[in-house]
Amino acid sequence: MASSIRVRATANGDITEVQALIQHPMDSGFVKDAKGELIPAHFIQELKFEYNGKDVFVADWGPAVSKDPYVKFSFKGANKGDDLKISWTDNKGASDTTIAKIS
Amino acid sequence: MMKRPAAILLGSAFVALAAFAFAATRVVAADKIDPAADAKAFQNFFFQKFPNVKREDFVNGPYSMNEDMKRQWQEKEEFPPYEFALDAGKEMFATPFKNGRTYADCFPNGGIGIRQNYPYFDEKEGKVVTLELALNRCREANGEAPYSYVKDEMASLTAYMAFTSRGKPMDIRIPDDPRALEAFENGKRYFYARRGQMNFSCASCHVQSPGERIRAEILAPALGILNALPIYRSEWSGMGTTSRRFITCNSQTRAVPLEPQADEYRDVEYFLSYVANGLPISGPGARP
Repeated sequence: MASSIRVRATANGDITEVQALIQHPMDSGFVKDAKGELIPAHFIQELKFEYNGKDVFVADWGPAVSKDPYVKFSFKGANKGDDLKISWTDNKGASDTTIAKIS
Repeated sequence: MMKRPAAILLGSAFVALAAFAFAATRVVAADKIDPAADAKAFQNFFFQKFPNVKREDFVNGPYSMNEDMKRQWQEKEEFPPYEFALDAGKEMFATPFKNGRTYADCFPNGGIGIRQNYPYFDEKEGKVVTLELALNRCREANGEAPYSYVKDEMASLTAYMAFTSRGKPMDIRIPDDPRALEAFENGKRYFYARRGQMNFSCASCHVQSPGERIRAEILAPALGILNALPIYRSEWSGMGTTSRRFITCNSQTRAVPLEPQADEYRDVEYFLSYVANGLPISGPGARP
């Protein structure tokens, strides 16, 4: 299966701009399915971007974040060709990790 | 009586009225059906109404009408929300059925770069065949269960097929067959007929008012509106097919939607695609 995480990280001088799209249902726990039964809450709790073993962006998320969330941020001090590690963990204990090259 | 060439040259509002009038008189008088002239009039109407919009830009729907939205969209396109569907569609398209055959076996040119030829008129069946219909028929012919016409797998498949056809001009043919002309005419009638509690026709929004706001949204022009399908709509937080687009339009004007791939929907898709001939395929698209 393809990764649930898409990342694009571009270094421009000192600043690295990161964009990420994550495939996840992000069910809030308040929505009913076609049969009228509640869809249990299922959402990403922690999203983390690591550079050189150091966290550069950590998000504590809850059920109010939209489906297939998109994140954009920038940080200082990375170089072209370096690795950026992205990982998430959800409330059911599932997780995914990917490593992107900064271009 | 007003002559058509005269009407084309006159002001845009007048052309809209003329188009309505023609649609109405045709039904009764059963004039000669002339799709080529209809397409020309349809395109000229939009070109004259929006002289500053590049012709190939109409397929970008509301973004062709509003600079601000266009900039937001261009940024979004760097990381488009339909990317997951596109990848899923590519994988599904390449995965063989249980009997070992693939989607590619059902389509000309292995299904690659052919989106611009759909829908087409099938002279054997005597009806319009859309891409979605052809995909499900392909599945059924190979012993697989058909997909829902409105979203998910179907939208992923058509997203991939549209992507392989991006930039190719829409190229819908109307064969010399009275039934094909009838299908075109039915589609046109469906497009201009008012229905539902709000008494809207498709044209009320997408011919009379493109670029205008309807609550928070900007209406897309009817010209080339299907070239961008399937679309990821933020409102749906997911992908939708041409069928879903029609059904949503009907229910938003409080009309009773038809079943996906009902004859009327097939015919209106035929009409709308034909009048967009020459404009590039831009699907899969992203819309608010």
